[in-house]
Amino acid sequence: MSRATHRLAFLGRLEGLPIGVVLAVLYLVFIVAAPSVFTGYRIYMSFFQTVPPMLVLALGLTFVITAGEIDLSFPAVMALSGFVFTWVFKTFHAPASGFALAIAAGALVGCINGFLVARLRVPSIMATLATQFLWYGVTVLIAGGLQINIEEIITTTIHTIFVGRLFGVFPVQALWALGLTAFLWFILNRHRFGEAIMFIGDNAEVARVMGINVEATRMWLFTIHGALAAFAGLLLTLEINVFFPTQGQGMLLAAMAAVFIGGTSIAGGQGVLVGTFFGAYIIGSLEAGVVATGIGGYWVQLVEGLVMGASVILNVILGDEGVSVLSRAARKWAAPPEAAATGQPRGDRGP
Amino acid sequence: MAEPPQVRTSLRMVNVQKWFGSVCALKDVTFEVGRNEIVGLIGDNGAGKSTLVKILTGVFPPTTGELYIADQQVDTRSYSVKKAHALGIETVYQDKSLGEKQAMWRNFFIGREITYPLGFLKVGEQKRIATEIMINTIGFRGKGIGVDSKASKLSGGERQGVAIGRAMHFEANLIILDEPTVALSLKEVRKVLNFVHKIKEAGKASIYISHNLADVYEIADRFIVIDRGEIVASMAKATIGLTELDEFLLDYSHGLKDKVQP
Repeated sequence: MSRATHRLAFLGRLEGLPIGVVLAVLYLVFIVAAPSVFTGYRIYMSFFQTVPPMLVLALGLTFVITAGEIDLSFPAVMALSGFVFTWVFKTFHAPASGFALAIAAGALVGCINGFLVARLRVPSIMATLATQFLWYGVTVLIAGGLQINIEEIITTTIHTIFVGRLFGVFPVQALWALGLTAFLWFILNRHRFGEAIMFIGDNAEVARVMGINVEATRMWLFTIHGALAAFAGLLLTLEINVFFPTQGQGMLLAAMAAVFIGGTSIAGGQGVLVGTFFGAYIIGSLEAGVVATGIGGYWVQLVEGLVMGASVILNVILGDEGVSVLSRAARKWAAPPEAAATGQPRGDRGP
Repeated sequence: MAEPPQVRTSLRMVNVQKWFGSVCALKDVTFEVGRNEIVGLIGDNGAGKSTLVKILTGVFPPTTGELYIADQQVDTRSYSVKKAHALGIETVYQDKSLGEKQAMWRNFFIGREITYPLGFLKVGEQKRIATEIMINTIGFRGKGIGVDSKASKLSGGERQGVAIGRAMHFEANLIILDEPTVALSLKEVRKVLNFVHKIKEAGKASIYISHNLADVYEIADRFIVIDRGEIVASMAKATIGLTELDEFLLDYSHGLKDKVQP
């Protein structure tokens, strides 16, 4: 009995497990329904190519939502960073400098968001909605509304490092996104900064009286998310060898969906980065998967809605209370009847 | 912050005034808390209790007056929450002591994490110390509550116990409890009072603020009554019974009694 309980407790502690199961089930369904597509490696390589930019956005957004804030401006940062990079590359043929400047531009935009939210106390949904329009506007204006082709980028080292193909097939950006997920997991769960983010999202007043610099942490939060959004924009621009002024549009809801599917709550205080990782792959695989099964393109959104809805409901049910309810139930099933009947009461644990 | 044994008072305030614009919140407050003394601070809403607490904990400075911590004068201009922590003054609030969704081991060390260089947390060490505090200082015997439990799993009294245990772990010499039992059931209030007894046993000092006279009477060594920004009475527990204290406050509020000199 106790062994079964232990095993279950271990599963409960595995971060993002339910949503990992959803992803596995989804792929299993795809494999059964469209074996010709989903038993080959090509479809997976194409996911590894298309999902990373959205995943990187969702990772940063997980931090923002954990802190009890929201950021709507990151799609615009993708466009701005793409423009900065292509412009520097076209003008000076300096891809590395362009890369660094694009990240810096994203960080600057994030820093301005942080200033509005932390210092001027503008609610983040209002502040970042405004800056979203602003930076798209700025990008369209300075780009003259035109797209810029940079086919020659594929011969540069920057291209090889960030979006090259390992062994000729595997998109390197998938490894960058995976590495970033691991690194950010440690920052959120094992670093002072991540702990401050969680406490601020939980209750900013508690964080303040415990000596956390709430304003500075919020500034850093938005700055980092800006830099991550710029990185996502660069992955996109490098991959498709073209900058277009509306790039990033459509990423807002997808990235948010990935975060929520992953089990991070809009209430703040807790962030599930592993869940975000799986969530991004679920979002990124659904359209291609549904089309490949042959049930028709009109079904795509409906299936997406069902999977998202089911995942979010699953997360709520399996939340804090849910896991303990499940493990209690499992203990009952595993125990002989008389032991279950005399199961230990919960009360009286204090002095 | 090892306290030298010859320290006489853990806290002393001399002629402290606080003005908000033209409004006088504290007129002229002078009082002290002994090294191992529990002082009950009694006063109606608006009497100046929370202003006093905020000055003590470094949230804002007094307009004039002197502040001594462990017999050492403190520069009130540069005093802050962090400085108060460093000088061994900890505060337990009614409702903002713990992060609800955070694990207990995080709640113990928030703001004062034990880290490797670069700020990464020493989780193992934090959990070990948190377990020690929970079992030895706070006396958690219960099953199902451990350092990995979220604060929301704890009852109100247990939460205050954790906040007090945390303060004691960080070598607080003076723990200020600001209405720690509001909205708690009687059984939970009992737990909190037991924790306050532990503060006394550990040789520390405390200022206990509460509306409930019976609670204050049980744990405090001395009572300070504050009204309209002034300390109107300071009475040792040995000199007054609970009924008399109650009557005194009732009479006072009806204006029948003159100001009692400390």
